[in-house]
Amino acid sequence: MQLEAKDVGFRYENGPWLFRGINVTIEPGEIVGLTGPSGCGKTSFCKVLAGYEKPVEGSIAIHGSSLLKNVYHPVQLVFQHPEKAVNPRWKMLKTLREGGPLDQELLESLGIERKWLTRWPNELSGGELQRFCVARALGSGTHFLIADEMTTMLDAITQAQIWHVVLEMAKKRGMGILVVSHEAKLVQRLCHRIIDFHHMNGRRS
Amino acid sequence: MSILEVEDLSISFKQYTGGLKQKHHHVITDLTVTLEAGEILAVVGASGSGKSLLAHAILGILPSNAGMSGTIKYAGDELTAARQRAVRGKEIVLVPQSVNYLDPLMRVGAQVRTSVKQGDAIRAQRKVFQRYHLKSDVENMYPFQLSGGMARRTLLSTAMVSEANVIIADEPTPGMDPAVIVEALHHFRELADNGCAVMLITHDIESALKIADKIAVFYAGTTVEVAPVDDFFGNGEALRHPYSKALWRALPQNDFIPIRGSQPDPSALPSGCLFAPRCEKATLECGQARPEMRNLRNGMVRCIHAT
Repeated sequence: MQLEAKDVGFRYENGPWLFRGINVTIEPGEIVGLTGPSGCGKTSFCKVLAGYEKPVEGSIAIHGSSLLKNVYHPVQLVFQHPEKAVNPRWKMLKTLREGGPLDQELLESLGIERKWLTRWPNELSGGELQRFCVARALGSGTHFLIADEMTTMLDAITQAQIWHVVLEMAKKRGMGILVVSHEAKLVQRLCHRIIDFHHMNGRRS
Repeated sequence: MSILEVEDLSISFKQYTGGLKQKHHHVITDLTVTLEAGEILAVVGASGSGKSLLAHAILGILPSNAGMSGTIKYAGDELTAARQRAVRGKEIVLVPQSVNYLDPLMRVGAQVRTSVKQGDAIRAQRKVFQRYHLKSDVENMYPFQLSGGMARRTLLSTAMVSEANVIIADEPTPGMDPAVIVEALHHFRELADNGCAVMLITHDIESALKIADKIAVFYAGTTVEVAPVDDFFGNGEALRHPYSKALWRALPQNDFIPIRGSQPDPSALPSGCLFAPRCEKATLECGQARPEMRNLRNGMVRCIHAT
């Protein structure tokens, strides 16, 4: 399975183009870094890849065919702010179940403690919540993970803990990952290759 | 004399768990830290270790269900609630972590001008905006019209024009591009060199190393170590506390190897050393009493085994 963005362009309603003519291909098991200055449209591109937004022009294809509706989406997105990505009125167990049946081994490797499952989101720290968001995104149907500043708000130890689990899973399942981050050192550490979103963007031409 | 001294600060939150039953969450425990004029102290550590709460305690803006003990002294005298009200925004200023601290109904140029205490406010504001690459039309905008990075630069400008004696900057740089970050860090250094004291709360240890004099490492609501910046090198062999070493080694530019586990729950802290459950050097003794902060090799550490 290969994730491919072909000539993708996007804008909100009739606003200015955020980006146009973006071509990105991610192979199974490949870890690709995406960098670029703030406000250049990286997050919107992630949302398009993961199906939260439809591309205004161009297309997203997995293994050559476009995506099906009403099934588990093979491209999963993890956001920067976990507190905004979970329902504040659901206990953590319910949030976790959004990603399919629980994988005890995965929960354990992410350091999610059993007693956290019965808590409300506001009773957990940002680092604890982000572990849940990662676990939720790593359901067995996930073939590609988009990590949009996934560990920016976390300390170095929590960051390393989460990435080790994700990298191992990528290896085991042949999952492709797109890493969006401002931290050059992290991107260099994780990725097989790095693409610059700003240079790729054909909006100005 | 230190300009700001925090001694044995403890903060707990009261929470109702059902009916009238209360639970106390000890979010800061016996925290001791000092800030000298002309010095930049970087505060790093685990997410949720109480770094922002310390800033809020110094300024006296903790939520009403927080209980506090210990002392905070400013310029030698205790910082009482009345004194906090008198000096905050004037002698002690905060660069808040959240961009929600901007007044949503006031143009940002005017917001920055309110903190200029003497001289031409408009000129000072324009000068600082120019320095942070904010275009001249930005001053007439409202916060909702700014991008995240621009809003942060506005918050930073407000503190930078204030001529305060103490600046507490709580994660001032995320979302800004690298050129502006460098500019902001230089600006902090400049202010410190002119006699200001700066407390820089950050995750970005690498940037902190470039400008800070000392680094305080926080874990589970307490300072585990205060070290001169020069001790952060190699495998962390010059660092004193096992947590500082682990934090340093987990950076992507170093080994990127994490230790297991997570910070203790604030409602169920271990009785001994707060780091003992995750520490490979932990012995029986560590579980018995909280270690005191002690001086060691030109720094401070809260660990009985540190050498």
